[in-house]
Amino acid sequence: MSPSQASDREIFRHSAVDLAAKIKSGELSSAEVVRAHLDRIAEIDGEIHAFLYVDGERALATAARVDAKIAAGEPVGRLAGVPLALKDILTYRGAPTTCGSKILEGWLPPYDATVTRRVLDHDMVILGKTNLDEFAMGSSTENSAYGPTRNPWDTDRIPGGSGGGSAAAVAAFEAPLAIGTDTGGSIRQPAAVTGTVGVKPTYGGSSRFGLVALASSLDQPGPCARTVLDAALLHEVIAGHDPCDSTSIDQPVPDVVRAAQSADVSGMKIGVVTELGGEGYAPGVEQRFTEAVELLASLGAEIIEVSCPHFVYALPTYYLILPAECSSNLAKFDAMRYGLRVGDDGVASAEQVMAMTREAGFGAEVKRRIIIGTYALSSGYYDAYYGQAQKVRTLISRDFDKAFSQVDVLVSPSTPITAFKIGEKVNDPLAMYRNDLCTIPSNLAGNASASFPVGLAPEDGLPVGLQVMAPPLADDRLYRVGATLEAVLESDWGGPLLDRLPGTGALR
Amino acid sequence: MALTAEDVANLARLARIELTEAELEVLAPQLDVILESVARVSEVAAQDIPPSSHALPLSNVFREDKLRPCLPREEVLAGAPAAEQMRFRVPRILEEEA
Repeated sequence: MSPSQASDREIFRHSAVDLAAKIKSGELSSAEVVRAHLDRIAEIDGEIHAFLYVDGERALATAARVDAKIAAGEPVGRLAGVPLALKDILTYRGAPTTCGSKILEGWLPPYDATVTRRVLDHDMVILGKTNLDEFAMGSSTENSAYGPTRNPWDTDRIPGGSGGGSAAAVAAFEAPLAIGTDTGGSIRQPAAVTGTVGVKPTYGGSSRFGLVALASSLDQPGPCARTVLDAALLHEVIAGHDPCDSTSIDQPVPDVVRAAQSADVSGMKIGVVTELGGEGYAPGVEQRFTEAVELLASLGAEIIEVSCPHFVYALPTYYLILPAECSSNLAKFDAMRYGLRVGDDGVASAEQVMAMTREAGFGAEVKRRIIIGTYALSSGYYDAYYGQAQKVRTLISRDFDKAFSQVDVLVSPSTPITAFKIGEKVNDPLAMYRNDLCTIPSNLAGNASASFPVGLAPEDGLPVGLQVMAPPLADDRLYRVGATLEAVLESDWGGPLLDRLPGTGALR
Repeated sequence: MALTAEDVANLARLARIELTEAELEVLAPQLDVILESVARVSEVAAQDIPPSSHALPLSNVFREDKLRPCLPREEVLAGAPAAEQMRFRVPRILEEEA
């Protein structure tokens, strides 16, 4: 190993908060930090496939600019010079936005998403775009038209989805931070199965402008990180009101950074959701979850079992509302203004070209959901399917309201099982959908929620996540619980969970 | 409910996706299972419950009607499948006889 590799290795192991401090003090330059991560990506991403596009040259140029700003004593953002990865469903001018779909292959967006703009305005450096299930539809990244991402804990297994690329990039030390988007669990489920931290802010807490819409009433961008404080710092950067998103909340962002630093749950009332456990949950998932809840109790939290009876209907409700919204949102892929066009021979009509293009450009899961949505919205079925789902959505929100009148936060496992093998569930859509059993209720009700690592399942040695759900605009409570767990668990474990990454081949 | 390949073909027509015969054969039973599963929402008696179309209550918002630059035309058109005279070029939109 050459000396430069040795120092690279130290650099990419650091947390974002440490990197920011070293860059600000001049101990490291942003250029060095960015180069170390680009080297890491070059070394291992052939195996992990977290990235669809690496924007190396521009990242180094941005880093040099940030270094110059710091050298000149100009004011810079709290995470200045720190690199991050962007899920390839958010636009970044000059880098292709594919959404993991062939229909947008090579498309260069003419504008930046608000989230992209904010990380750049805070002097952060974008390394590239991460892999995802096509248009964020999936729980494994196997629906990406560009091939799956692999879980750094076991490269035969899925990294979760849809944001498997962002979670794997962070877990494999290819980036200290990443941006994800969460429609039914796409930040939290990948975080759980990769042993990382993932937060879905309150709906409207971060802007959807420039996020290619899957289901507009559910989508929400959020941070992916290895530590709770890192996630909070990125949350602070991207959150806040945006006039370009009509559903953006015009209120101050909860003080998530202070919450992450406080790490104190004494006196907090924590509800365990009765319906999110039991049959279908892996024994190791239940064991680590129960241990974590006992830990919280031992630290002074009051644990109360809470029933949310309509949560059992969250999955069918979601798989009507989401397809209905996505069949409408994806109608814009009509072969006219961007992306693929097939069969335009001068004879075929616009409508025929559109149908041929969508046939060629969309993958199987996207077609399934568009057709279900078309069915659920068609006259004669609307009331029984979409109309009824919207009513059950109200009942799920009411379950949350009632629960939050008794407790400060709710907890559950983040996902019923640990990472499964690539290929295991591709032909069984319903089995795939069940991965999001625990995460979907928060999307339907719009409240804040997060997944934090709580250990490895004894039976397979794979990471388990604990989900925390907080009322709308109480995102700070997520971080209080997460930071408390992190502090106590890491002292028990003798270091972060990711220190135990098995490291085969290039990962070592 | 048993969704037939023909039903799926009809839905795909509405959704402007030209599915192959082979896809229809695979999709029909898959969609049938999914639809049967999601139909469980009707088990909940929810007659008097107001529907939610959004996660959180929405109110209409306004912003100042300020002049600002639009998207760069050349960059937008560079991403289009076909462009002509600074416009999107689209296939024929009228029937032959029209």
